[in-house]
Amino acid sequence: MLDDALLRELTPAVIGVLVRRGVDFATAEDAVQEALLQATLSWPDGRPAEPKAWLVAVAWRKFLDAHRSEAARRDREQRVEVEPPPGPAETADDTLSLFFLCAHPSLTPASAVALTLRAVGGLTTRQIAAAYLVPEATMAQRISRAKRTVAGVRFSEPGDPATVRRVLYLVFNEGYTGDVDLAAEAIRLTRQLVSLTDRKGAGAEETAGLLALMLLHHARRPARTRADGSLVPLTEQDRSRWDTSLITEGVAVLQSALARDRLGEYQAQAAVAALHADAPRAEETDWPQIVGWYDELLRLTGSPVAALNRAVAVGEADGPAAGLAALAAVDPGLPRHTAASAYLHEKSGDLPTAARLYSDAARSAPTLAERHHLTRQAARIGQSLPD
Amino acid sequence: MAKYLLLKHYRGAPEAVNGVPMDRWTPQEVEDHIRYMNDFAAKLEGTGEFVDGQALAPEGTFVRYDGEGRPPVTDGPFAETKDLIAGWMVIDVDTYERALALAGELSAAPGAGGGPIHEWLELRPFLSEAPTVTE
Repeated sequence: MLDDALLRELTPAVIGVLVRRGVDFATAEDAVQEALLQATLSWPDGRPAEPKAWLVAVAWRKFLDAHRSEAARRDREQRVEVEPPPGPAETADDTLSLFFLCAHPSLTPASAVALTLRAVGGLTTRQIAAAYLVPEATMAQRISRAKRTVAGVRFSEPGDPATVRRVLYLVFNEGYTGDVDLAAEAIRLTRQLVSLTDRKGAGAEETAGLLALMLLHHARRPARTRADGSLVPLTEQDRSRWDTSLITEGVAVLQSALARDRLGEYQAQAAVAALHADAPRAEETDWPQIVGWYDELLRLTGSPVAALNRAVAVGEADGPAAGLAALAAVDPGLPRHTAASAYLHEKSGDLPTAARLYSDAARSAPTLAERHHLTRQAARIGQSLPD
Repeated sequence: MAKYLLLKHYRGAPEAVNGVPMDRWTPQEVEDHIRYMNDFAAKLEGTGEFVDGQALAPEGTFVRYDGEGRPPVTDGPFAETKDLIAGWMVIDVDTYERALALAGELSAAPGAGGGPIHEWLELRPFLSEAPTVTE
């Protein structure tokens, strides 16, 4: 394993050890970040035989140093060998407690995301700031405020996996891919959460459903954008570029989750993704089954976004008139409502309306890539119309 | 080095020479325009002169304080707003002349018929930090 990956894997366990020794979470987290920094500086000269013990020892010294006089803290850690101070070892439960703490309901989503990426993911503040395109000082403040918010929470307090899933979903779905691949990071952390909660009930099938959802969407990534960064819609993607090993894994994870017969929103969304993955060509998509899964999703969540996606699926399964009828019942103020309407009008053969709606949708598009895509659609149809 | 803001307007700038709106271009023209804009930003990153670039949604809301304990007052969006900013690019360049040249280049982005739009862009210097050496 690369040192960077190994270090990040070990981060939550090392924080757990320090917290078990009585260090408060915020201080432990700082000490471990410093130890990680130390590791990136000194490991290239030879990785220690017991990386975790090394990190624990260095983090422990960082913590002690922070509490000692200036004179006593001169570069001692550079000579630290494998010599962990006595104390209880960490357990898997510590890592799980850390997940819960970083996704604590008292945190705003943005704070929970940042704290999770740092304390559980082992990313640096600089990397997290770059991923969300904010100045490093801003992200540092966001993280320290988050730590203050959870300062009074007992580490061993039972948590809710649903809040952790929401945070991991946000990491997967939002953020910019630069130095750090947030989607891959979200998958790594979700795998970890699956292994920590697998035998504990507590919605384990939904955590598996979330992992399946991520794997199935990540599988499409190579086909989702062109070299110039523009979006390729699902129907036009080159399916030979989908990652079949991720699909196989995602489908297997989903099937074993569904077999436990406790459906939830992530499993239902993953089922839709699995049906797309299952179609060798866009025309072979099993739309009636997809509509069925959107019905389930609507029943579970009542989400207007699910209703919008369902209307598009109905348009594919039962024809554009049925799709437009379903769309008429969805709040027109919803993002992408106009784009969905444009698409269904185009399928129904009403090209002038479709062209006008694509133009409108481009103006209100929530992302630049979507704006460009919708402008192209408007141009494509506009070209076929008489002036 | 000096920073400049290049402002692109939805409305409020003088009429472009080739001002056919984008939704009446051909797909190829749209494609060429987007590529030109991306290439331009990439080139400035390459020369170390790019700072930031963002596009804005066309509709916004006016907001103002309405007194202690009261929620802020909102107004708009106004369909008749004369000046509407579409987006910006911030550049950090050695001279005003260089800023002018870059703005000119950006204004030459291709539009309908494949020719330059000759769009009017607004160039505004940033007020800078006070220098350390003052005499």
